[in-house]
Amino acid sequence: MRVSMKVDGVTYEDEVEPRTLLTHHLRDGLGRVGTPIGCDTSNCGSCTVSIDGESVKSCSVLAVQAAGADITTIQGLAEGSEWHPVQKAFQQHHGLQCGYCTPGMIMASVDLLTRNPSPTEDEVRHGLEGNLCRCTGYQNIVKAVLSAASELRGEGPIAGSFRDADEPVPATSGASS
Amino acid sequence: MTEQLDAGLVAQEIAEHPDALSKPYAGGELGRGRRRKEDAKLVTGQTNWTDNITLPGLLHMTVLRSPMAHARILSVDVSAALEMPGVIAAYSGADLADVMGASMPCAWPVTPDMVSPVHTPLATDEVRYVGDGVAVVIARDRYAAADALEAIAVEYDQLPAVVDMEEALKPGAPLVHSEKGTNQCFVFDFPGAGADYAETVKNAGDDAVVVRRRFRQQRLIPTPMEPRGVVVAPIAAADEFTMWSTTQIPHILRIMLALTTGIPEHKLRVVAPDVGGGFGAKLNVYAEEILCLVVARKLGRPIKWTESRSENYQATTHGRDQIQDIEIACTKDGTLLGLKVELLADMGAYLQLITPGVPVLGAFMFPAIYKMPSYHFTCTGVFTTKTPTDAYRGAGRPEATYAIERIMDELAAELGRDPMELRRQNWIKHEEFPYEMVAGLTYDSGNYEAATDKAEQMFDMAGLKAERDRRRASKDPVQIGIGISTFTEMCGLAPSRVLGSLSYGAGGWESASVRMLPTGKVEVVSGATPHGQGHHTSWSQIVADSLGVPFEDVELVAGDTRSSHKGMDTYGSRSLVVGGVAIHKATGKVIEKAKRIAAHLLEANEDDVEFGGGTFSVKGSPEAKLTIQEVALATFAAHNLPDGMEPTLDSDYVSDPENFSYPHGTHLCAVEIDTETGFTKILKYVCVDDIGKIINPVIVEGQIHGGLAQGIAQALYEEAVYDAEGNLTTGSLVDYLVPAAPDLPHFDTGRTETPATSNPLGVKGVGEAGTIASTPAVMNAVVDAVRQYGVNDIDMPATPERVWRAINGEGSARATAGTVAYGGTSTGSTGGAAADEALDDNRSAL
Ligand code: FES
Ligand code: FES
Repeated sequence: MRVSMKVDGVTYEDEVEPRTLLTHHLRDGLGRVGTPIGCDTSNCGSCTVSIDGESVKSCSVLAVQAAGADITTIQGLAEGSEWHPVQKAFQQHHGLQCGYCTPGMIMASVDLLTRNPSPTEDEVRHGLEGNLCRCTGYQNIVKAVLSAASELRGEGPIAGSFRDADEPVPATSGASS
Repeated sequence: MTEQLDAGLVAQEIAEHPDALSKPYAGGELGRGRRRKEDAKLVTGQTNWTDNITLPGLLHMTVLRSPMAHARILSVDVSAALEMPGVIAAYSGADLADVMGASMPCAWPVTPDMVSPVHTPLATDEVRYVGDGVAVVIARDRYAAADALEAIAVEYDQLPAVVDMEEALKPGAPLVHSEKGTNQCFVFDFPGAGADYAETVKNAGDDAVVVRRRFRQQRLIPTPMEPRGVVVAPIAAADEFTMWSTTQIPHILRIMLALTTGIPEHKLRVVAPDVGGGFGAKLNVYAEEILCLVVARKLGRPIKWTESRSENYQATTHGRDQIQDIEIACTKDGTLLGLKVELLADMGAYLQLITPGVPVLGAFMFPAIYKMPSYHFTCTGVFTTKTPTDAYRGAGRPEATYAIERIMDELAAELGRDPMELRRQNWIKHEEFPYEMVAGLTYDSGNYEAATDKAEQMFDMAGLKAERDRRRASKDPVQIGIGISTFTEMCGLAPSRVLGSLSYGAGGWESASVRMLPTGKVEVVSGATPHGQGHHTSWSQIVADSLGVPFEDVELVAGDTRSSHKGMDTYGSRSLVVGGVAIHKATGKVIEKAKRIAAHLLEANEDDVEFGGGTFSVKGSPEAKLTIQEVALATFAAHNLPDGMEPTLDSDYVSDPENFSYPHGTHLCAVEIDTETGFTKILKYVCVDDIGKIINPVIVEGQIHGGLAQGIAQALYEEAVYDAEGNLTTGSLVDYLVPAAPDLPHFDTGRTETPATSNPLGVKGVGEAGTIASTPAVMNAVVDAVRQYGVNDIDMPATPERVWRAINGEGSARATAGTVAYGGTSTGSTGGAAADEALDDNRSAL
């Protein structure tokens, strides 16, 4: 089938098999490999992208179902070289280690903050329950999202989880939070 | 200083491009919470995962896997698959028998008489676990390759599954490898370095208190978020190959591939591109790596294989899976007499790279931080028809730490003592280091008192105990339990001599090279391959600090056997303590060479030249100075070097540690248990870890958090379950409960700093500490909450069903009686309605 869709600002028109998953079309068909695949049961969230402004697991959608859609992946989130506040916050709060869950986690967080600009810690945890991370234990991801929320509300980023930014930490610091 | 440099290129460069040289070093790099260099590509989706790699003419491989746990293969017919559109080739195990190598390697024969069965990349005679490879298809795209698997016809003659370790050891039990005549892989017996255990207890006579328990380490599935994948590009005419693999160990993999396939080592290049987590599951030599290589060699075309998550759960190694019979003895006043450990360890169907070594590593950790005169350890390895086990975060040490920390609580309960007081009475005091343990290791440093005091203060131990006791007295339906884990571990694998004495097939050194580029920038080459640990950032800090160059001017080269040709790779919390120390020492050699050249250029006596903050200066003449970048440029030009001096500052160092490093700490956990549903909620988690000197506190804290998550997951959520026929019933993320954000608590972390004395940076490993420490802290809290109902153990994971059954007198609860107590472990399969509901709650997060 002939399918046209806009991905990260570029319109592509391609012949795709009806059974092709959107995630495979993005990766293998269009070479948008910034969105990785972590499972085959739509449980991990690694493949999350934004379709017409809503976050969707791209492995749970067929490419043909996304015909005519406007899709943003992690590769199209930054404005040129200016990262989205959520991207910045993930680095600042060390919300990633191996980074495999990160594209999906960031896309899901952006969507969460669109729907709820002032989430509590608990709301962030529940809002991201469809995205698994095996490296971070989630605490720094939650901090990153709360900080990005504050930034997006125009209140500036929240204080870092680590004493401060790049400052050396005293030899025997207490609790870090 | 330019007038003191040689004329020509050097002076001209500096005059024309003052910015070509680096900014001065600002200092304070060690201990600084630098944000990570690696994040830029990761947060923008510019990462190079193995599955992203594509090449002209790339073909896709899929693997047909056994649906049965144990069966004889009668026939494999691939002819129909070959007729399918897009299919280029299809091979059975027999078709590849002469090229795929005789057996995949196990590098750790833990006893001289260990039974080591042949393990071919595809099964040829029998399949021995669900997921064992039977045939492969090579096709033009991944869908065609997947479709064609269904066209392969395999005839099986089913054989009995071997699922239970104890049954497997009984005479007449069905055999996993019938030609071996036994399911017993090895018996490793280690009487410790102290007195005889039985004798010691006997001599104590009536004064001895003995407690026994049976603990189960359930089987776990490591689940790095990136499944495995392999791409092989051949240069057919030259019989040369490049392999990209999602591996933690490109260097070890290359050697093993050469030995297995006969392709000469120097004709193989192995690259670990960006790797999405490993946790031990990518510390191996896998069938698909060999298969992609030999098929690429056969077809002369590039081949790619990408694992699905369901395949990952069957075909990538699992972790833990031990039955632990533990006996501890003390005198009536609580002074420990000794410890006896008897393990059954499930190998699964075959021995992977270090399968037998994992439980044996635990032998040295069971006595943990406690002084005791006697110790005895035995471990029996057992074959079953399940996925092979191997390293999973902690590998041998979480099992040991769990057992000792759980049984210390049981002993305290038996004695009617406070569990922390009993620990204090028996642990090594800070002034007693270095301390020679009954298990033969010498702990170089530690301060258990300081870490514990700090943790108790952060935890509000007194307040929580009061609340717990109040709820107990008022019979509140929601009870509180408090759990302790005062752990240590051995990491930084490892002194090569020690590995040799344990019959491991290689050493434990690590290599580093520091290259000074002409413009003063630095490339540091490390044999420790990163897969999420932040090496680019931490190594840059180490280099910046010792060379006195800006952090931004350092770049890491790693993970490719062509550019980082020598290494022992990343596992066992070794990167910093072994690899980081190698880097530090290599920078020392750079400075030594640069100093000779600086002295020559400054026309000073070498002994009068000092180095600090990136600058060489001459004692007594403050204006005679050269930065290390200026020396690098002068060395590159080589116009004016001391006679006979090699024109390079580049230096290598291979560091072999003199001892393990011994991180320790105190973890405290408070849980709330709803006695009506059995649901456990972590109320508070406090940990104070002592990992010595810190290079980057941000990265350290991330490592602790991630470790805690995996340890807590073992205590409360995860279990790989096989049914009686040997089917993995938790074969996907739907059934295997990897915790999501709502399933984990907020962690309060703190630290104390007792530098390691066994390395010049004073550092200890941190990658596994959280996982090792947290499981017993949580389980001690769970048991503490329900001990009042006569429960003294609950199998992991402590699901609502298990907890509910224990409270209601079914399953795993047995009362402690007399001075000898026995723990129980059986659990039923159905719970009350309330328990089911809570279980659903628990799963809804996924
Ligand atoms: S790959 Fe889409 S949810 Fe896992
Ligand atoms: S950072 Fe590795 S899975 Fe989340």
